[in-house]
Amino acid sequence: MKKVIILSSIILTTCFACAQQMESEVKAESPVNENYTTEAVVLDLSIPWGMTFLPDESMLITEKTGNLIHFKDGQKINIEGVPDIYVRGQGGFMDINLHPDYTNNGWIYMTYASTEGDGDGGNTTLMRAKLSGNQLTDKEILYKAEPNSKKGQHWGSRIAFDNQGYLYFSVGDRGNRDVNPQDITRDCGKIYRLNDDGSIPQDNPFVNTENAKTAIYSYGHRNPQGMVKNPFTGDIWVNEHGPKGGDEINIIRKGKNFGWPIISYGINYNGTTFTDITEKEGMEQPLFYWVPSIAPSGMAIVSSDIYPNWKGNVLVGSLKFKYLERLILEDNKVIKREKLFEDIGRVRNVVQAPNGYIYVAVENKGIVKIVPEK
Amino acid sequence: MKNYLVYLVVFFTLTIASAQDNLNESIERGKDIYTDFCINCHMPEGEGVENLYPPLAKSDYLSKNREASIRGIKYGQSGEMIVNEVKYNGDMAPMGLSDDEVADVMNYITNSWGNKNDDIVTEEEVSKVKK
Repeated sequence: MKKVIILSSIILTTCFACAQQMESEVKAESPVNENYTTEAVVLDLSIPWGMTFLPDESMLITEKTGNLIHFKDGQKINIEGVPDIYVRGQGGFMDINLHPDYTNNGWIYMTYASTEGDGDGGNTTLMRAKLSGNQLTDKEILYKAEPNSKKGQHWGSRIAFDNQGYLYFSVGDRGNRDVNPQDITRDCGKIYRLNDDGSIPQDNPFVNTENAKTAIYSYGHRNPQGMVKNPFTGDIWVNEHGPKGGDEINIIRKGKNFGWPIISYGINYNGTTFTDITEKEGMEQPLFYWVPSIAPSGMAIVSSDIYPNWKGNVLVGSLKFKYLERLILEDNKVIKREKLFEDIGRVRNVVQAPNGYIYVAVENKGIVKIVPEK
Repeated sequence: MKNYLVYLVVFFTLTIASAQDNLNESIERGKDIYTDFCINCHMPEGEGVENLYPPLAKSDYLSKNREASIRGIKYGQSGEMIVNEVKYNGDMAPMGLSDDEVADVMNYITNSWGNKNDDIVTEEEVSKVKK
């Protein structure tokens, strides 16, 4: 009898766990000894989405609400001539990044929500421009996702360059998951790859596919808001917001389908399900998925000597739990997770700057720099 | 005279009925706006998140501060506020809703989860609320 009870309680527990989703096996812990602290650099920002560092170590910062700030010698200067930003729901002024050869060509790349083109609403746009004094000049729109939509969700967006100089940027599914992400003849729910002048690389995966959007490099994404070149391998890594319990880390590969929303480890935020399967032939498995969701934004892979015991670790901002997550990997498998700087605020972005320091952008706070504890 | 009275009654009934229709249609549209822009923080039943995002369901702030609520939705909200005797100190970014959408979502949240407001919020009323 006792055995029956034990057995049935095991079965019940297992079933219960299925319905409730299994929590990530590797749980985020509070660090025993953090060794690092934060130092305020830029104060009083609202939603600092993107940041990049000019050769003189001054910074360009995008505010989601539509401003481009040049932070130099402790002063914030509002750059003029920024494009018209469509501030709508989760969309607005998003990422900013320099051309790898910025010193010689001066190109700055940015993504933002725009109403350009036909139809009500807006969609994610990629532009490049140059900075002349406090003015953006030589503006060129390189890509505008279609169609426009008044939906508030899932615009992406991050920009990264790989070692060959190709530009990658992300656009989320724009709140239309059953239509956009799996259809390569449509924009949204995609990672795109372009040449630095906006032209389509001849070896992009769908250049010969009829009606395909040929800028697409990978598809089946929900809303990637973290993207970085892995400094050790040169691969493009992303993290993306999932549904409830389905945030993911993915390594982007040419022409691959990352499965959204056919496969997912998550459920709808209201608790109902939208798919029963977590894997399928022809669809990529995430490198890692978070249960519960942390609402990841921003991503850095540490290569700097300033943080010797963090080398190779992945840093991801958590908007939801208000900390910076450090993921330790072994053979591309997450083996340990740490919650750094708990209660720092909604972490929107994390970047390793050319000077080797890691900068963290926090909503309604500003930008801090991570420094060794004295 | 009798005819006149009948006309009058019919006229008012129709007017009231059409006002009710307007409100109901606005609430319907407001529900979609809510699902799109608000539900992540304020939750499906308007219950909010403890100590983080204030509730809308049976919210005294919402029922007593009509103009401030419109302003918050239209331009964003920051700083301390007290809702049902609990202090909140968060920030709500402006969602970029147009005036008619603010009116619709106001009509939805003030008529859901136990809230009741017959006095329809109109696009015109929203347009007059300044930062």
